[in-house]
Parts: sequence; C-alpha cells; structure tokens
Amino acid sequence: MSTKTESIATSSDENDEVVDTPPQDDNELALAKESRREEYKELAKQGLWKNNPGLVQLLGLCPLLAVTATVTNALGLGLATLLVLVCSNATVSAIRQWVPKEIRIPIFVLIIASFVTCVQLLMNAYTFGIYQSLGIFLPLIVTNCAIIGRAEAYASKNPIKQASFDGLMMGLGFALVLFVLGAIREILGQGTLFDGANLLLGDWASVLRIEVFHLDSQFLLAILPPGAFIAMGFIIALKNAIDSYLQKMKPKETEKAIERVRVNFDS
Amino acid sequence: MAFWIASSPHNHNKAETSALMRLVIYALIPGIFAQWYFFGWGNIIHISLAVFTALFCEFIVLSIRNKNNISKQLFDGSAVLTAVLLGICLPAIAPWWISIIGAMFAIVIVKQLYGGLGHNPFNPAMAAYVMLLISFPLQMTSWQPPLTLMTVDLDFANTLNVIFSGFTKEGYSVEQLRTSVDGFTMATPLDTLKTDLGIGFTVFESIEKNVFGEHFALGWEWINFAFLLGGLVLIAKKAIAWQTPVSFLSSLFICSFIAYTITPDSSASTMFHWMTGGCMLGAFFILTDPVTGATSNKGRFIIGALAGLLVYLIRTFGGYPDGIAFSILLCNMAAPLIDQYTRPRTYGHHTNTKQEEAK
Repeated sequence: MSTKTESIATSSDENDEVVDTPPQDDNELALAKESRREEYKELAKQGLWKNNPGLVQLLGLCPLLAVTATVTNALGLGLATLLVLVCSNATVSAIRQWVPKEIRIPIFVLIIASFVTCVQLLMNAYTFGIYQSLGIFLPLIVTNCAIIGRAEAYASKNPIKQASFDGLMMGLGFALVLFVLGAIREILGQGTLFDGANLLLGDWASVLRIEVFHLDSQFLLAILPPGAFIAMGFIIALKNAIDSYLQKMKPKETEKAIERVRVNFDS
Repeated sequence: MAFWIASSPHNHNKAETSALMRLVIYALIPGIFAQWYFFGWGNIIHISLAVFTALFCEFIVLSIRNKNNISKQLFDGSAVLTAVLLGICLPAIAPWWISIIGAMFAIVIVKQLYGGLGHNPFNPAMAAYVMLLISFPLQMTSWQPPLTLMTVDLDFANTLNVIFSGFTKEGYSVEQLRTSVDGFTMATPLDTLKTDLGIGFTVFESIEKNVFGEHFALGWEWINFAFLLGGLVLIAKKAIAWQTPVSFLSSLFICSFIAYTITPDSSASTMFHWMTGGCMLGAFFILTDPVTGATSNKGRFIIGALAGLLVYLIRTFGGYPDGIAFSILLCNMAAPLIDQYTRPRTYGHHTNTKQEEAK
C-alpha cells in the first residue's frame, strides 16, 4: 500500500512558502478573504467528494472493509481516524520548516503513531466496548495510507490552518464512507441500525437502536468481508454514476471559436 | 463486441446459443426426474422459483443497460439454465427466499455486472450456491433424507407448505422432517461419513447407516447416474468437450483410489466419491461451461484434473462435506492462467524446442 501513497504524493521539491504580506487597502483585504474562502471551499469539496479517501483514492481500505460490519464500529473507527488525521496534519504542517526532506517519512510516521497511541488509550479508557470490538484495527490506523498520504501530499507544504481543515474534511469524507458502508452492511446483515451504539456514545444511546426489519437468520455474506467488497463496489459505482449524471446535466461549454485576425500589411 | 476465443479447429455450425442451452436443459431432465423420485417435489419448486426470479432480474438489468433486442437475450436460455442448475443444487426443503436470493445474486452480480453472457469469470450458479452456503449455513445444510426413509409423508402440497412456511400441514418442522425413526437427524451420505469419521468410526461402521442404502448412497447414486446419462448425451451431441469430465472423474478416481488402498478404514471408496453429492452434475454440466472453463484441449485436461484433486481434498480434509462448488470456483479463477500457458501451436509453426534444435 505504501507504493500507492508515494504515487499520490506529489514531489515536494518546491517548498512553496506562503508569505502573508499585510494587505494594503480594504479592497485587497476583501479580495484576499474571498480567495481564502474559495480555498477552504475547494478543500471541503476535495475531501468530501471529489478526492474522497475512501471512494476515490481508495486508501485505508483494510480497516474500511474490516470493521464496517455495524454502524457503531464504523463510527468508532471513523471518529478515531478523523481525530488522528486532524492532529497529525496540524503537527506535520507546524514543523514543516524544520523537517529534513530525507527523513520526512519516519518523522511523519512517528507523529501519527503517537497520536494513534493517544486515541487508543483514550478509547480504552472511555469506550471500552468499542475498543474491544475494533481490536487490532485501532492501532493499525498508524498504517492507514489516507493519513500519511495527506501528511505527505498536503500538510507538509501548507500552513497550519489549511492543513488542519484539510485533515478535518478528509477525515469527514472517510468517516462518511465508513458510516454508509456500515449502515448498508448492518441493515442487510442483521436488519438493525445503531446496534450497540451505547458502547460508543454512552448509555443514553441505546435508544438509538432501530430494528429496520426482523430477520430469522442473519445474512452472513453482508457481515463477512466479501460483502464489504461487494457493497464498496456498489457505493463507488453509485458515486461515479452521480458524477457522470452531473457531468451530463452541466451546460456544455461552447468551444471557443478561434477567429483569425486579418492583418492588412498594406495599410 | 467481444471476440470469440476458441481454439482450432474452427468449425462452424448454425447452432445458436439458445439451441445449445436448450439441449443442456433437456439433458438435465433425467437427473431432475431422479431427484423428484427420491426427494420429492422440493427441487422442482425451487427450480421454478429460481427460473422466474432469474428471468425477472435479467429483464430488469438488460433494460437498465439499454440493450436493444431484449427479448432475444432474455430467452437465449442462459439465464434459465443458470436458474435450473441452481435449483438442482439447493436442498429440497430449503425456504423459498433461498432460491430467490440465489438467482438474483447469480444473474445481477455474477453475470450481468461483469458484462453479461460470455464475460462472467465465474459460473453464476456455483457462485450463487457458494454465496448461499456461506451466508445461510443452517438453511443450506438442511438436506432431507430420501422419501423412503422419512417418517412423514411429503407430497406436493406438503412440500410447498414446508418451503413457504417452514412447517408441513400437520405441523412438522424442517428439523422434525429430517429426524429418522430412532430420533437421530439424518444428513447427506457425505456429511454423515464426515461426521462419523470425525468421532472415530471407521468407514465400514459408518456405511451401515440407512442413508447409505444398499450400494453407495441411497437415492444419490441414481441421481448421479441420471446426470451421467445426460452428460453422455451431451458429449455424443458434441455440445460439451469430453476432455473435462473424463479428466475430472479420473483425477477424483485416482485420488480416492490411492487413499482407499493406503487406509481403507478412514477413506471412502472410489465409487462412493463418484456417486454422491454433486459429482456428476459438476463434471458434465458445470465444469464444462464454455465461458468460465479453459478453451484449449490441454487446458481442459488440466482444469478437470485440478478440479478432481480439489474436490477430493475438500471432501476429505475441508470443513464442508462436499467441495464441488468451491473447487469449480477455484478452477474458474485459474482458467485464464491455464489458457495462457496452454496455447495450442499455430498451424505451420514449430514448438520452441524444435526451433532451437534447428538453430
């Protein structure tokens, strides 16, 4: 999987420093604000839809497919990944000036690993049930390519604010895919939704459990890993179908007619 | 447009897909009749449920895919054949939704999502059977004993009741139907043998039980014989290549013969392996699928031998009593690779070794 990370990460040769020069007048200030808003909008769009780590980059598939048998597990892992992603992106971005290029990957991994350890200890303390049902996949967030991919491709080249916002959006996109996959698999497999949500959210959440329909026997395929692959394929297909539909609905840009300028040398 | 991949000789005849499929379905009739004779109406009900579902799903998917000439593709017989094969494989008293889910999975996911007829890497009926087996282990292993051993009279109306509600008119459950006079749950001969060997009986002690009948397996031997008959008709009509079944059956024969000679106490006889489970159905009707099997003659020999070996290994050492479906899926996976390495020599070309000698 690490080769995938490498290919997605762009070359970090140009260390473009963003120098915030104080704007001169109100007009320029408004322009800068507008452009920054555009940037955040673009980041949100990339993370949630266009470049979604689960659906488009197909990173971190191992935990994605392994733990999404129920919504609760999916949410647990999604939130943990989100937290790690935001923190690691912020940290990587904060120290980006002092990290030598040659050893950046080990440093990123160390940062991610320490945050994962924090999250793991926190979940062990406060949500023990989820901690147990996630098992090995919680510490395995360290190897989640989505996280190291973002650290390498974005956070190491951009200021803290943008980097943490990018981490938030990417993490949300990933958690969203986990949630949808978990919901599909839980409904098909057991006919319920939010089963065991009290393990994650506290005792009040046991009222969240919805029995969609009653099954005499579980549909094991949906709960087993092959079902995750099939459901994932359907979700990706749906995303592509929506994209191509939107593409079709878009008004076609008329091709710019190239007009030749007649140059009259005589005059 | 797909290119036909077939090895020489490139004979042409005017037979259409639908004619071939119809012939295969006709050849299945003796086996279905034997199943009806020994196990009652269950399989016929499941076959008809599966056929209706398969045609319905095929129609839906073809219309979504904007195919023109839907009716021709719909009635080319491939969907019907898939459904019939699936219905034959199911336990006769499995609930109705088993065959519906199975046929839907076979047509929509295994066949059409991969591109429709001629593009599916796996045999749809077998993939659906395996999906059902791992998803619903309880329902998919509730095999009833042959009618002669049953304590309850299972006529058509009763079978219909069991399939749709889980109980007969008199209120017997599926579990009770499978119980013999002395209160034990009866299973298929393969399953019984596996369980008995597991708890320390020898083969000779195990086959004293009444599910084994006089010869190898009560009922099953005649069903397999009927499928063998249908398969021979197909070979005689040149609808299927003889290489695959011959190599499959001889491979299974050799494997079981070696085991039987070494440890006759703990291995079943060769004929038992041939005449139980889905052996003949797999050999003649499923392994010979032209889409998912190997294309060259040498490749067919290899596929058959591999399947026979896998069936023996799964039956003897695996977790499931019968391994036909699993081994066929594994062979489907291996087929493209085998095709790659068994390309027939092009006419007029020498093999590599001869070329080197000439140099």
